[in-house]
Amino acid sequence: MEFFYFLIRRVFWSLLVLFGLSIVIFVIARVMPGDPARMAMGPRASQEQVADLKAKMGLDKPILAQYGQFAVGLLHGDLGLSFLTKRPVNHDIAETFAATFELVLATILVAFVVGVPLGVVAAANKDGWVDNLVRFFAILGAATPSFLLALLLQVLAGYVLHALPTTGRVSPDSPFTADITGLLTLDTLLRGNLGGLWDALRHLLLPTLALSAATIGQIARITRSSMIDVSTQDYIEAVRAFGVPDRVRMFKYMLRPAFVPPMTIMGLEFASLLGNAFVVELVFSWPGMASYGVRSILQKDLNAVMGVVMISGVFFVVINLMIDVLVGFIDPRVRIRGARA
Amino acid sequence: MSASVSAASVRISIAYQNWHRFSRNPTALIGAAIVTIVVLAALLAPWIAPHPDHVGAIVNFRVRHQPPSAQYWFGTDNVGRDIFSRVLFGYRISLLLAAVVLGFAVPVGATLGLLAGYFGGWMEILIMRLTDVALAIPPLVMALAVTAVLTPNLLHAMFAIAALWWTWHTRLIFSITRTLRHQEFVEAARTLGASRFHILFRELLPNCASAILVKVSLDFGFVILIGAALSYLGLGVQPPTPDLGTMVANGADFLPDRWWESLLPGAAILFVALGFNLLGDGLRDLYDVESVR
Repeated sequence: MEFFYFLIRRVFWSLLVLFGLSIVIFVIARVMPGDPARMAMGPRASQEQVADLKAKMGLDKPILAQYGQFAVGLLHGDLGLSFLTKRPVNHDIAETFAATFELVLATILVAFVVGVPLGVVAAANKDGWVDNLVRFFAILGAATPSFLLALLLQVLAGYVLHALPTTGRVSPDSPFTADITGLLTLDTLLRGNLGGLWDALRHLLLPTLALSAATIGQIARITRSSMIDVSTQDYIEAVRAFGVPDRVRMFKYMLRPAFVPPMTIMGLEFASLLGNAFVVELVFSWPGMASYGVRSILQKDLNAVMGVVMISGVFFVVINLMIDVLVGFIDPRVRIRGARA
Repeated sequence: MSASVSAASVRISIAYQNWHRFSRNPTALIGAAIVTIVVLAALLAPWIAPHPDHVGAIVNFRVRHQPPSAQYWFGTDNVGRDIFSRVLFGYRISLLLAAVVLGFAVPVGATLGLLAGYFGGWMEILIMRLTDVALAIPPLVMALAVTAVLTPNLLHAMFAIAALWWTWHTRLIFSITRTLRHQEFVEAARTLGASRFHILFRELLPNCASAILVKVSLDFGFVILIGAALSYLGLGVQPPTPDLGTMVANGADFLPDRWWESLLPGAAILFVALGFNLLGDGLRDLYDVESVR
């Protein structure tokens, strides 16, 4: 029951964050440019045309009424029309979002699968050479610009070794489409199309590597320090005193509580991961939200840009909500205390 | 008289102890060395760059696309400019960007964190929910949106990054202040009738100093990376001003054959970011502030 209240409270705060986000975006889109209608029409449009669009966009109304109109649109999932594609922005984003989602999901997966064991090994060999090596690579990962790593991987794997495709999600002649969930790897698997899955995975590998380097290091370091924290707890001493083997102590009693900080950190870091995804997508011509966003920016397609920012924020809030629920399951103390550490 | 002498000598001995531990921390030392090299290179760029005139929009087609050599250490770009000279001047932009962003974000973030942590109540709710909103927007995406509305240039890039960066400092200072606000030294100051200003900035803030120092050092690296990413996308500093991210983006057209045009400026970004990260990491060990990331 406590967990239920905890959940209600978290959902409420998430909604509040989204409300705040809508105000931020409204200010950027409608207040900062001075004249959004002029911006949309370009410098060569006549006064009448601009005034006409202004009336159409509701820009002649008071600012609060404008926000109301904007917010109602958002609640209906309406992000306005893209000036560039002349289609609703939400359609454009829906098409590109799946590709970004797949890349980000793969990155988080790789970061945990590689980062957590590295952190455990580092904690078990505290201050040993393994620990120092993990630490060095974590710092190196954090300091490497994602576009540099992406370019390096592209040159190495694509041009030097000729081993992997360097652009896009599928081979150009490929008939595979992501028509069930939008995630290419999952859809090809669901259709039992192993050739398609192989092709999708090969395309996914390099962007995922480029994006996960920084995150792997972060996860490894947080796992390490939280393993060391947990190891000084009384109940771990008790487990040791009972003569429970080291391995069991490590994996059964320490790893579970030690798993919580890396997850909450992942939630916070998710925003910067998404930001980096924008750069990596561009290098690998990944047909995701970033490519769409950057193209819209260069064309001054305001509605599309704001849609991308809004969806990024919603994505962040939803992921953090999911993490909170997951952490509640892993660590019962959170359910009772009702807040994460 | 003797009291002031001993206070001064205590201060000196603490400084000496800190230096002693610092000088035995290889991470911090290497980091400090790299940061010193980069800062000096940036400051002295007009005098030490082999071709200081190559900073501007000059063209020299006779020597375009030269590989690294004794004359052009990092090679030349597609219009024949010395890449090494441009990297030195590029460091100026990177450091300036980070200094301005943090010069805004740290005081603002720390003040908000102090207020939220010390007063609690509605002040805490208001400030911390505001940071939640700001945290939900990726800084790079925010910068993209702002530059879409305004024109892309260095000033707007600074503004866009700083507009969100204070949140991390608010969270950090908030968590420290919250644990400190009921400690005896704060109670004592309050009992003695100290003003709120005094308690916030003279009692609480000094206790956050080491955490802030570590965070600022790490942040210098991260802000430089974001600035580079922004100009890599063509939305930061505009040519012909030499900027590391722009140089990588322009050079990437000539990969893999003319690798030096993109990879060497890229390595220069890695170098400075690595320096600040190593320094911050070493300082974190030194001050034992594990919680700062």
